[in-house]
Amino acid sequence: MQVVSPVREPLVTSGKTVADVTEDICRQVEGPPTKSWMLGMAISLGALGLGGYAVFMLVWEGIGVWGLNKTVGWAWDITNFVWWVGIGHAGTLISAILLLFRQKWRMSINRAAEAMTIFAVICAAMFPGLHMGRLWLGFYWALPLPNTFGSLWVNFNSPLLWDVFAISTYFTVSLVFWYLGLIPDFATIRDRAKNKVSKMIYGALSFGWDGAAKTWSRYESVSLVLAGLATPLVLSVHTIVSMDFATSVIPGWHTTIFPPYFVAGAIFSGFAMVLTLMLVTRAMFKLEDYVTIEHIELMNIIIIITGSIVGIAYITELFISWYSGVEAEQYAFLNRATGPYWWAYWTMMTCNVISPQLFWIKKIRRSIVATFILSIIVNIGMWFERFVIIVTSLHRDYLPSSWAMFYPTKYDVGVYLFSFGFFFTAFLLFAKFFPVINMAEIKSIIKSTSEKSKVAAEPAQPSTSEINTAE
Amino acid sequence: MKDNNKRYWKGLEELNNDPSYLKNKGKEFPADLPRISKSEEEGHSGWERRDFLKMMGFSVAAASLAACEAPVRKAIPYLNKPVDVDPGIANYYASTYLNGGDYCSVLVKTREGRPIKIEGNELSKVTYGGTNAQVQASVLSLYDEERLRGPQAGGTDKSWAELDQEVIAKLNEVAGAGGQIRIVSNTILSPTTLDAIEVFKATFPNTEHVVYDQQSAYGIAKANETSFGSAVIPSYDFGKAQVIVGFDADFLGTWISPLEFSHQYSQNRKVGPKQKSMSRHYHVESNMSLTGANADYRIKVKPSQQGSAVATLYNLIAGKAGAAATSLSNWDNAHLKKAADDLWNNRGSSLVVSGSNDPAVQILVNAINDLLGNYGTTIDLSKPVNFRKGNDEAMNQFIDDVKGGGIGAVVFYNCNPVYDHARGGELSQNLSKVGVKISTNDRADETASLADYIAPDNHYLESWNDAEPKAGNYSLAQPTIAPLFDTRQAQSTLLTWAGNNTTDYYTYLQNSWKTRFFDNQNSELDFQIFWDKAVHDGVMEMSASDAASGGGYTFSADFGAVEQSISSNYKGGSGLELAIYQKVGVGTGSFANNPLVHELPDPVTKVTWDNYVTLSQTDATEMGIEMGEDSTSMVDISVNGTTMKAPAVIQPGQAEGTIGLSIGFGRTKAGKVGNNLGVNAYPAITTLNGTQSFNVTGVTATKTEESYRIARTQTHQTYMDRGFVVQEDVLSEYQKPNWERHHKPKISTWSKEDHSEKPLNLSLWKGHKYDNHHWGMAVDMNSCTGCSACLVACNVENNIPVVGKDEVLMRREMHWLRIDRYYSSSDDAESMRDKENPEANPEVTFQPMMCQHCNNAPCETVCPVAATTHSTEGLNQMAYNRCIGTRYCANNCPYKVRRFNWFKYHDNKQFADFNTAMNTDLGKMVLNPDVVVRSRGVMEKCSLCVQRIQAGKLEAKKNGQRPKDGEITTACAQSCPTNAITFGDMLDANSEISRLLDFKAEDEGKREPQNERAYFVLEEVGVSPNIYYMTKIRNKDKA
Repeated sequence: MQVVSPVREPLVTSGKTVADVTEDICRQVEGPPTKSWMLGMAISLGALGLGGYAVFMLVWEGIGVWGLNKTVGWAWDITNFVWWVGIGHAGTLISAILLLFRQKWRMSINRAAEAMTIFAVICAAMFPGLHMGRLWLGFYWALPLPNTFGSLWVNFNSPLLWDVFAISTYFTVSLVFWYLGLIPDFATIRDRAKNKVSKMIYGALSFGWDGAAKTWSRYESVSLVLAGLATPLVLSVHTIVSMDFATSVIPGWHTTIFPPYFVAGAIFSGFAMVLTLMLVTRAMFKLEDYVTIEHIELMNIIIIITGSIVGIAYITELFISWYSGVEAEQYAFLNRATGPYWWAYWTMMTCNVISPQLFWIKKIRRSIVATFILSIIVNIGMWFERFVIIVTSLHRDYLPSSWAMFYPTKYDVGVYLFSFGFFFTAFLLFAKFFPVINMAEIKSIIKSTSEKSKVAAEPAQPSTSEINTAE
Repeated sequence: MKDNNKRYWKGLEELNNDPSYLKNKGKEFPADLPRISKSEEEGHSGWERRDFLKMMGFSVAAASLAACEAPVRKAIPYLNKPVDVDPGIANYYASTYLNGGDYCSVLVKTREGRPIKIEGNELSKVTYGGTNAQVQASVLSLYDEERLRGPQAGGTDKSWAELDQEVIAKLNEVAGAGGQIRIVSNTILSPTTLDAIEVFKATFPNTEHVVYDQQSAYGIAKANETSFGSAVIPSYDFGKAQVIVGFDADFLGTWISPLEFSHQYSQNRKVGPKQKSMSRHYHVESNMSLTGANADYRIKVKPSQQGSAVATLYNLIAGKAGAAATSLSNWDNAHLKKAADDLWNNRGSSLVVSGSNDPAVQILVNAINDLLGNYGTTIDLSKPVNFRKGNDEAMNQFIDDVKGGGIGAVVFYNCNPVYDHARGGELSQNLSKVGVKISTNDRADETASLADYIAPDNHYLESWNDAEPKAGNYSLAQPTIAPLFDTRQAQSTLLTWAGNNTTDYYTYLQNSWKTRFFDNQNSELDFQIFWDKAVHDGVMEMSASDAASGGGYTFSADFGAVEQSISSNYKGGSGLELAIYQKVGVGTGSFANNPLVHELPDPVTKVTWDNYVTLSQTDATEMGIEMGEDSTSMVDISVNGTTMKAPAVIQPGQAEGTIGLSIGFGRTKAGKVGNNLGVNAYPAITTLNGTQSFNVTGVTATKTEESYRIARTQTHQTYMDRGFVVQEDVLSEYQKPNWERHHKPKISTWSKEDHSEKPLNLSLWKGHKYDNHHWGMAVDMNSCTGCSACLVACNVENNIPVVGKDEVLMRREMHWLRIDRYYSSSDDAESMRDKENPEANPEVTFQPMMCQHCNNAPCETVCPVAATTHSTEGLNQMAYNRCIGTRYCANNCPYKVRRFNWFKYHDNKQFADFNTAMNTDLGKMVLNPDVVVRSRGVMEKCSLCVQRIQAGKLEAKKNGQRPKDGEITTACAQSCPTNAITFGDMLDANSEISRLLDFKAEDEGKREPQNERAYFVLEEVGVSPNIYYMTKIRNKDKA
């Protein structure tokens, strides 16, 4: 156990004991669903159903139900894809990179953040699937599978194929990492379970966790190994996604700055989404003592940093386009700022560059309402960033004869809604049936960084006794 | 080893060759495996495990096979194979396209007995192997669902025998009562058809043949009658003219003989290292026509100034010639003065033409040409053309007669005057006064539906016929398919009704040719040989027996009358005026049910599926009309008391104070494709000096609050000063030694001393090695007139779906080949926003754009499944079956030439009303079996007609040769009337393309042309295309 400076703000407030932790987190899982949860679920399922109709029509009728055209071949589909992948970055960053850097404040948010990652990546993966003209063939032709077509093989030059590998690897590692963390907590729920069914289900989910010292030791090592594996993935996924654009020849896409710029943007939007979700969960499940203002402030600081990186990237892009002397490139950026899609560009600039700067003010940084509003604004801005990159670059590229506008149809909106419906349904199911905060890890810091430890009045109970109640 | 005689044996039996061993030697398993089942042991016979499994396996397989049964499609093989029909091998038949006075000598490509494509006949001395959009589209009209399946009387089906009987009885009744009979037709180019009409007239002596044209040129004939004593339209030779002045004559698009004129015109526009001069073309007009778009200097006039503009030119020329000027007021126009100077300096090799139908104006034009000495050089009165024989006065008289009730019977011979004549409304109201009304139209259209009898004619591809487009130039048409329906050639119908001995038109035609030509020639002794050669070639030249000897014409005119007519009819004035024109695609409206011409974007406005009011930016601003990408306002126009409502299109180059409206739209009974598209402009046509006038004064136009969506394939009008897209210069610069293109991109690099490198020399890729062929194409922007024949040819050749107006509005037209039309933006446009706006009278550039078949193709690298790859012959090829439709390739295409199948366009109700070639069994007969019909969700694009390349290579291989240059060509290059597109093998040093581009011999494979005009579009992107463009050179004084 490390020694933590008493100067630091406590990460768990209100004098929670280890037992309180178990009680507070398990309460949600064991109790009946709350009214607010039921309401949230109803809305999510509604969105899922409505969006499901759009998805059905898309697959049944053809991509033509979207508003795409001969000039703009991607719009909302790939915008949504990149947006969701970006959101899916925070979870692994928080759990892997912050674990390696031994940032303890990650502990109360990493579970939800990772769950969000998983669901966001699934949402993201929907779009490259659904945007294909022939989904029924594309879903397996895009994989390097042995086949009966002779020497036919995938094209390893194509960044879209790199995407397939990058996303699937990232998804697998994130899923394993997330699930691994859940195992001790599932065991806790299993042990507290009153009825047979939940005992059986959580028993199966906990893989026979026995809480032995050796098990804990293995758990710790695997966590560290997975964190080591996941860390480069956090950087690689969005780098590769950015190469869909960077390796092309289209002015506005063909830009070497994209990999770092995309990664920063992904972390930026990912943290914003984590904040949005955590603030809701925190209120819904009354977890104010675990997700404290301190946590929120730290995350807001990361948002300032990444937001500023993104802002610098935008300005660099503008400078380079002017400096390059390439006419088409210059026009592409002039057109972004002053062309028919100027409003999208300035929405992006306002939301992504100007609004996060408000977090320099401590009051705003520590205000829950302001944080909630700004986190949503950041995500709106990041959606527009992808829209601006994709649509405004395509709609006026080299030959003015083909310049065209893109107008979304109800099916563009519907499929986006579908992804939201799926995301929130999955997240609410997670929040209800899985422990939203990593109990095992939180317990490890009760002693050192909770308010209780500051008081240091009574000797802490042996934490193992709480966790390790294996029969 | 050879000597090693060791033998190995498995047992003593083998060693000894034991008979019992030898007997079973071939059987690996000498005995049946023991399979004694329990039940058998117990003495039961019955089902065994193996049998059970076999049965079960069979039943499952049978059940699942039955479940996925494929629909039965019947393909009936030939019992006796016709000699000429080989499945998979195309046959070409020479024939002639005739549609009223429109003519083209063609080769019809048939597959398995079905005509599927029209190509130009290069033997023709009139059309020179060129075609236009309508000719290319005409093959689809053969398979039009709306064609009548057989003769009809009063809307009910009849047999031909019944119909003939009834009609003959009725005609005899009329004739017996001394009633007047009229045969009404458009221009008939066929001398034998005219003979057949004469036969009819002989039987029914009160018959008159009334000829009218939708776009009349009667004024020219009338003027020539006054000037030279012969009412003819002469041959023009634009190829001999160094200076051309056109007054409202769309001679490259729709006027008289556009194919011939385009060919001639382009001869003097192709500049190169050896020919550094070109003709200069002035054009004076109100609408921006296709011809005006090609002019070097374009002068905007209002229709009411047209007469004074011609008079001004006459006065200027007369001043130089020392002839008497007219008293008509002079127009102070610098360009017109310059035109006069140029004309005068090129006396005898210049040409002034006018599209006006006013004899007075045409007399002045004749006078100008006479002063310039153009008769006998660029104008040949001794070789009159027959394209427009309509007589406006006779037609008006006919309608008056119908109104007066003086007509007993009328035969509408393949014409539709109720729709396409200015007085069609009057005609339809009064047609009931005619006792017997007969039509030979192929469908129950506006006129035929009012007729008592419809005796539908064959389509031209089902017909025998001949044509005499010009005196001395003859042409034969042969059927390429048996009549699809129970139709009969109209000539046979007329001969039958006339009671002629020969009613079969084929025999009649042969007899006619025997007496008309065979007996007057000496080269062939046997008629069959003579006939076979004529049928084979499709064309024949003969000095016409009745043609007068050339030259010797004296010009005479009554200038006083002309002056008076012009000064009273062309007052100018400030009121709004309407100029009625014809579109290159839809034409006069006879093609209205052909979806190909509707989806064809107008070459100038790029609008599809509509006609509209064109107006200048100034007038539009005044009326408060604004155009968005596809939004516009409806405009109420009132002309001669009739009002119409049409959408407004702002047209750069439109003369202020004028509006344009095209004929050919507003059909009500053309068929499901063509009905109710646009408005009918025919009623707006007026009469002036006894001839039809397409210019109307005293028009009002008011903007309505109604908005309208107009489907354009190109919504951005200028090329934004992008030298990497369009390169152009003026002739005076080009003529200088060491001329260089303005835009020669270099890429900065560290590797060279001067830090700059040609883009093609920098690449990540190793490049391709082409050992056999390297196909390439050169597009000459100087000779491309924008006529769009190539576009329709490409559509037909490659089974490109027609997607309809709604999808064009979504910017999803499927054209593999498009023609980008750019207007110039003003020189003083500073900002990019200003550059988006065209000038008020812009220069126009046409740039055909198709897949560039890049050697470093950006589409190829990004496809995740390698569905688009590079061939060993330089083609970028699409494997439709492999495509999963990510559209990444289309996004990464810098030329934006890839087209995605957004929906299933075939066998889909959503598209049945316009994609007729893919939605009915009849329509599908037109599909090219060599090209697959693409399914939904796959990408497609120009393949450089890979099927034609393959066919050509196979043919050469069969003959044991390499393909000769010219044997293989793409559909677009074949169709081009000006040969603006050159296709060929760039590895062949003697191919036309290699010679045109003039490759450097030493750097083989580098493909660096020495022809300075050649350039790549977007060279700096480094994609290394295989399509070259030739810099546009304008014959102007300064840039």
